[in-house]
Amino acid sequence: MSDTTTRPADVEQFDAEAVNAAWARKPLYEARKKIFPKRAQGRFRNFKWIVMILTLGIYYLTPWLRWDRGPYAPDQAVLVDIANRRFYFFFIEIWPQEFFFVAGLLVMAGFGLFLVTSAVGRAWCGYTCPQTVWVDLFLVVERAIEGDRNQRIKLDNAAWSVGKLFKRASKHAIWLLIAVATGGAWIFYFADAPTLLMQVLTGAAAPVAYITIAVLTVTTYSLGGLMREQVCTYMCPWPRIQAAMLDEKSLVVTYNDWRGEPRSRHAKKAKAEGKVVGDCVDCNACVVVCPMGIDIRDGQQLECITCALCIDACDNVMDKLGRERGLISYATLSDYENNMAVATNGGTTDIDPTQVRNADGGFSDRVTHFNWRIIFRFRTLLYLGVWALVGLALLYALLARDRLEVNVLHDRNPQFVTLSDGDIRNGYTVKLLNMIPEPRVIFLSLDGLPGATMRINDIDQPEGTSFAIPVEPDRLRTLKVYVRQPLGEVTGDRQSFHFIAEDKASGEYDRYNAVFNAPEQRR
Amino acid sequence: MMSEKHIDEISGVETTGHEWDGITELNNPLPRWWLYFFYATIVWAIGYTILYPAWPLINSATTGILGYSSRASVADEMAKAEKIQEVYDKRIEEESLENILADQELRQFAVAGGSAAFKINCVQCHGSGAQGAPGYPNLNDDSWIWGGDINQIYQTVAHGVRFDGDDDTHFSEMPAFGDILDSQQIREVSAYVVSLTGEPSNPDLVEPGKQVYLDNCAACHGENAQGDIEQGAPNLADQIWLYAGTEADIAKQIGKPQHGVMPAWLGRLGESTAKQLAVFVHSLGGGQ
Repeated sequence: MSDTTTRPADVEQFDAEAVNAAWARKPLYEARKKIFPKRAQGRFRNFKWIVMILTLGIYYLTPWLRWDRGPYAPDQAVLVDIANRRFYFFFIEIWPQEFFFVAGLLVMAGFGLFLVTSAVGRAWCGYTCPQTVWVDLFLVVERAIEGDRNQRIKLDNAAWSVGKLFKRASKHAIWLLIAVATGGAWIFYFADAPTLLMQVLTGAAAPVAYITIAVLTVTTYSLGGLMREQVCTYMCPWPRIQAAMLDEKSLVVTYNDWRGEPRSRHAKKAKAEGKVVGDCVDCNACVVVCPMGIDIRDGQQLECITCALCIDACDNVMDKLGRERGLISYATLSDYENNMAVATNGGTTDIDPTQVRNADGGFSDRVTHFNWRIIFRFRTLLYLGVWALVGLALLYALLARDRLEVNVLHDRNPQFVTLSDGDIRNGYTVKLLNMIPEPRVIFLSLDGLPGATMRINDIDQPEGTSFAIPVEPDRLRTLKVYVRQPLGEVTGDRQSFHFIAEDKASGEYDRYNAVFNAPEQRR
Repeated sequence: MMSEKHIDEISGVETTGHEWDGITELNNPLPRWWLYFFYATIVWAIGYTILYPAWPLINSATTGILGYSSRASVADEMAKAEKIQEVYDKRIEEESLENILADQELRQFAVAGGSAAFKINCVQCHGSGAQGAPGYPNLNDDSWIWGGDINQIYQTVAHGVRFDGDDDTHFSEMPAFGDILDSQQIREVSAYVVSLTGEPSNPDLVEPGKQVYLDNCAACHGENAQGDIEQGAPNLADQIWLYAGTEADIAKQIGKPQHGVMPAWLGRLGESTAKQLAVFVHSLGGGQ
């Protein structure tokens, strides 16, 4: 190797230890040791900034998007209208009986998570999980007020003073403001956002709005500000579940000790003494940026949320040293094990990084690197297939669904009534569902019951066979319908027939199979 | 021996001293957050037992300083509900029955309120589906002894039938023809009445029966046996019978008629509820 093993002066040596290191796992009842993550810079950090802006932007702004649905429905793009039991999502409107769409989306979210995890590890945890995003946001505030890692440690150790009190108070105040805004944004999904905002500010909103804000303020503040990494390590089930999702071909954040070991802080001296040294200069840059307080060089750990900040930190050091990036990298277990076998002569020796390099200092051909094709394997394709299948089924259900429905309930008591001229009458509760936000006239008629006529309470129309019934936009209309059949036409004590509901303007049509009861001796 | 501390070699944690077949139990303390929650529940429980009824005494229990009781809470809710209903009750009392039927909001309230009142006061005789029973009219059908328009129904509900305590009650009494006609005449007129409903009947009896009918029955039940609402004389030519429809039943009713009694409900339930009952019965399908 060249003289790049000389350590440039600008590679900072951090005196740090991983407080949650795998080899020194604390008993559960031991007090939490504080973590002071240093700010990282690099591609993954930049990517995380973008994800953070996107996810927070979606969360805070979505309720304020408008979507014109005409005069009879709310114009909020995303609205969970619990009082009226309607859910609006842009051009989709869902009634409670169509909740399976939401269940289907949750199934898709589950398989999406399986797919992402088996392909690129805990990407959900590292980039998009609200816990990660909000902790990141809270850390931004903390850094802005208290400074980066060293200043924060110093402040933490300092005795209480006016300056410290001011810094701490402003930090917690801003955290609380963010927490209130988080809870505040949530309630806007459940009512017209501009109206509710004015109500909340003037104290006119419903108590449940304030209670929701209060609860989410407390959870946001305590989970994001105070508990932080403990949520992921102790409270969240996903780190346990995801272990079953990973396999030897999943990308995980890996310290490549096959090129890093033996690590040395004094590589030049060690080299001069004829010792073999790896690429790791033990500067602890990866340790100080870790928000989970672990040392990635201890191998894969439950605590690691794969936020990849250690990759950024290490890459910067490698750049300064003039070595290849990727001493810490996204790597698959199978690549890692292959390269380890190369470095250790199949496990017979200690790690010898010269084994993985050619004479010119580059990597030997026997070192395998990540190939993106490995993402497309049976397992991930299966997850993708199921995900897509559920999605297509939902899409079909959405496109084919009825916006006009008729439901019928036969009177239980009495089952039938004999009228003075001997005719038989049955009573039904008929429900007409107009599921579009426009008023409609729905025609109700009978099919398959000879000679039968209807009379409907509240509809001012004489006994007949077809009724034009106005139904309000986006509403269900319940009608009491009496069906009468002349004695001579009765053919049995249980005749099957259909109620037919039809929108003659749009041609939409629905029917309901009902039964007409008659006394047995009339047969 | 129990005062000795046992330390587990592998974990370095103290054991409880309990041992089963060589397996000892570690004395790990609870996680602190768990412990704090435990203490918080104790504090909560103490506060709760002070504020709410909790400790059983010999004949009662402590009442708690908030003075809460579930019975009072129900009474409170009932009072609130009645306060809301008051507005409608007042309007129903003031409006005519025709106006109540025409006003959708009032009508819906009256049907719902009438349905509830019916379940409490009327089902004992008329049945839970208002389907009636022998001697108790079916309220679903279109045959009305005392009339089926909304005002006539209200009149019957409010003042009853043959009810001693109400001066406005409907009154009618069919004479016992067993004292007036001989048994042959009763057989004949019964056969005639059955023939009016379209059922098969002995023609030898029907012919003389018609004369007996015109002489004795037509005054009240009408020449065509269509009945008379003013007198509460039922229609005999339809398919609906209050006291069953066989020829023998008819003969029995002619010879020694039964007369049902319906109480007057206005005084007991008040005007609003009586009106609601009328609207409910009217909505059952037979209202005219």
